[in-house]
Amino acid sequence: MDEQKKLDEFQRRIDNGEKIEPKDWMPDRYRKQLIRMMSQHAHSEVVGMLPEGNWIERAPSLKRKKVLLAKVQDEAGHGLYIYSAVETLGVTRRELVEEYIYGKAKYSSIFNYPTLTYADICAIGWLVDGAAIVNQTMLAKSSYGPYSRSMVRICKEESFHKKQGYEMLAKMANGTPEQKKMAQDAVNRWWWPTLMMFGPPDDESPNSAELIKWGVKSKTNDELRQSFVDRTVMEAKKIGIELPDPDLKYNKETGHWDYGEIPWDEFWEVIRGNGPMNRERIRARRKAYEEGAWVREAASEYARKKKLRDEKAS
Amino acid sequence: MSTLDKTPVKRDEILFEYLVRLADDRLILGQRLSEWSGHGPELEEDLALANIALDMIGHASGLYTYAAEIEGEGRDEDDLAYFRDDIDFKNFQMLEQPKGDLAYTIARQFLFSLYSYLLYMELKDADDEQFAGLASKHLKEIRYHLRHSREWVLRLGDGTEESHRRIQDAFDDIWMYTGELFEMDEVDKKAAEEGFGADLAKLRKPWKEHVDEVLDEATLTVPDDNQYMASGGRTGFHTEHLGHMLAQMQFLRRSYPDAEWT
Ligand SMILES: [Fe+2]
Ligand SMILES: [Fe+2]
Ligand SMILES: [Fe+2]
Repeated sequence: MDEQKKLDEFQRRIDNGEKIEPKDWMPDRYRKQLIRMMSQHAHSEVVGMLPEGNWIERAPSLKRKKVLLAKVQDEAGHGLYIYSAVETLGVTRRELVEEYIYGKAKYSSIFNYPTLTYADICAIGWLVDGAAIVNQTMLAKSSYGPYSRSMVRICKEESFHKKQGYEMLAKMANGTPEQKKMAQDAVNRWWWPTLMMFGPPDDESPNSAELIKWGVKSKTNDELRQSFVDRTVMEAKKIGIELPDPDLKYNKETGHWDYGEIPWDEFWEVIRGNGPMNRERIRARRKAYEEGAWVREAASEYARKKKLRDEKAS
Repeated sequence: MSTLDKTPVKRDEILFEYLVRLADDRLILGQRLSEWSGHGPELEEDLALANIALDMIGHASGLYTYAAEIEGEGRDEDDLAYFRDDIDFKNFQMLEQPKGDLAYTIARQFLFSLYSYLLYMELKDADDEQFAGLASKHLKEIRYHLRHSREWVLRLGDGTEESHRRIQDAFDDIWMYTGELFEMDEVDKKAAEEGFGADLAKLRKPWKEHVDEVLDEATLTVPDDNQYMASGGRTGFHTEHLGHMLAQMQFLRRSYPDAEWT
């Protein structure tokens, strides 16, 4: 079959809603886009452990400590799961990891913001995991089988994270004056960065059209963002939290909530590496990676020796 | 127990003290282990260490809750974890030591998990239904901690030259803190008499035998027992590390004592 025929057949399968599996033929560009997107996603799960891990040791009750530890542990699991899914495309976790800790590969910018109070942990659960759910629910329908399946499994846990964050934030928003202040302050700080998680506006998003054509995504950045805003407005009202956007208002004609101008300058600045915690995050991940080198070497050396011994014995 | 505390006399007082000691051990170690979160050498290990940390804190929380119930003064697990100072904490000094490198973390985890395993094998038959129930529930998880840390002792000991050196150093460093695990003070003796405490001195032999066996397989040298052994954790006498850990752990909860966090 010539290239064009293969391509047409590939597109036909996608339009039919079939899943593409690792052994199937796929255009090089499809493979590359998936590797980029999925590895970014995996890196984000892992880097995301840092801002939240920042509060495990200071969590204000044993229950909260357990909840947070379990959440951060889940995120490590998500990272592992997505890395395995990317590896089906013929790359290794190790090279992908080195691309972001030493190179130019990206992870979600949201994790370049600091967690200043414990309320940030709750706001992250509610908003950041909430936004991740909107995005990942779409990705669960992605045309690439392994990615789609990993999302189905991960979404269940993200829903749980969101619920726990939201409930604790509600408690704080209705707690002592200090708790209220922390809760509102956290939401004020996390709101706009969360909206940026969906990526640049559609007219500045170079990859979107292609990803949609190939069924990797089914909605544009702005569509996803809008559906997140719509559901979050009501949730905020319910717990007496104000979203820090004076332009937020219901649009009867569209049936959606209109929101104000997103500070995109800040977004691009953080992407360029100048967010409040960019350097710190990369430094922490590099340190873990480099300080772990001797451990990984020991494990593989031990495995090698053991294999040798087992072979001799049999 | 600070230097001002009296030795408990009544059964409930002894049981309370006994439970709090065990809980303190687990909370402090869990807190240390959680420092690895996001910083482990490999994602799999991040997961495993977080998992053990979670178990440790879970065990502590179960023990504190029961202790508070026995005490009957309206305290709860968080009162015991967050509103006591270092001189009131009864954990073994071994467990408050900084996490060190992975070799140190693993060496400590192995020694303590093995100790816990042998101890809980006794406690699961404690003459107190609720306590025995907790112990046998936790025992399943302790088995996993022991298996996990034992495997790593082998990997590191019999891995590369560097890993061998690191884990040997770790065992050498930590050894002086193993003595107090087997000390029997008044509380331990009374707890044993009441039928819910274990004879710790008796655990020493099987513990040592298993340590010898595993370290031997890992091509490591078992440190000399004939050395200075630290002691005092059970009386509230600690190294300086504990105060800093508690300062961090307790600050938020203590800053706003009227706030609800559960
Ligand atoms: Fe996640
Ligand atoms: Fe995610
Ligand atoms: Fe999550």
